[in-house]
Amino acid sequence: MAFNNFSEFLIMGAHGIYVWSAYGFSAFALAWLVWNTLATRRKTRNSLRKRLLRNQNR
Amino acid sequence: MSWAWFHKLGSPKWFFSWSKSWALPLFCVGCVCLFVGLVWGLAFAPADYQQGNSFRIIYIHVPVAMLAQSCYLALGVAGFVFLVWQMKMAPVFIKSMAPVGAVMALIALVSGAIWGKPTWGTWWVWDARLTSVLVLFLLYMGIIALQNSLDDLVLVNKAAAVISVLGLINLPIIKYSVVLLETLHQGPTFTLTKKPEMPPEMWLPLLFSVIGLYCFVAGLVLWRMQTEILKREHRSNWVKQEVMEHGL
Repeated sequence: MAFNNFSEFLIMGAHGIYVWSAYGFSAFALAWLVWNTLATRRKTRNSLRKRLLRNQNR
Repeated sequence: MSWAWFHKLGSPKWFFSWSKSWALPLFCVGCVCLFVGLVWGLAFAPADYQQGNSFRIIYIHVPVAMLAQSCYLALGVAGFVFLVWQMKMAPVFIKSMAPVGAVMALIALVSGAIWGKPTWGTWWVWDARLTSVLVLFLLYMGIIALQNSLDDLVLVNKAAAVISVLGLINLPIIKYSVVLLETLHQGPTFTLTKKPEMPPEMWLPLLFSVIGLYCFVAGLVLWRMQTEILKREHRSNWVKQEVMEHGL
């Protein structure tokens, strides 16, 4: 461990604000990418299935 | 040499079933490696003797910057493949990869700016490295805008492929900007010919997060390509079957 305790880890020798904001933004952007990928996948499958069912019933 | 793999790769149906067994494992391996690399880098790697703890931004900045360039290289190759062989899967790949590459370039820019403030005393300078990465981001955004603004799929496929290929000229500019030109940006951490100048306890976690992010992105892109294949091939029987059998 490069730090003695948890608060030192958070403060990072006055660089904490930079390190954590960089990581915070990155985590947010990557999470958005995963969400967008999975949500589009689900939506596409659902709408295709709906269209198929509609055509079958006709 | 047999070209069977090339023809298989060009078949949406074959690609779809192949990618189904690879997407999730790649994504999970990526998440684990990324987690190991980031925790190791954030909490256990020693602080830099010059930059202190702000250097820990390297463990996300370098992987996303590498991915931003690799994604574009892949985009350019796919564009070339489409223009020469009209391969059906190439535009599917470009469509799926462009948003991922754009997010990578954006994170590289933002994390770099945040790293620049304590290290150089400024968020941004208009030097060769930073500007060329901004151009990379704008190229991705251009491709995405083009795909969303036109309805004619034939035209979109061709135009996106052309931009992808033309944009390749930017990659060597990014790569060599820190070596050949005067810049604030430090030189490359990993090179193929020399050992890294960092000690192993600093570059090993970086290696983990780089490999992790490659797998993470590969998994995501396979999922996005599956979605795109379903959209484009929705009239074919195997897609109908696929959609009805596996609801989600």
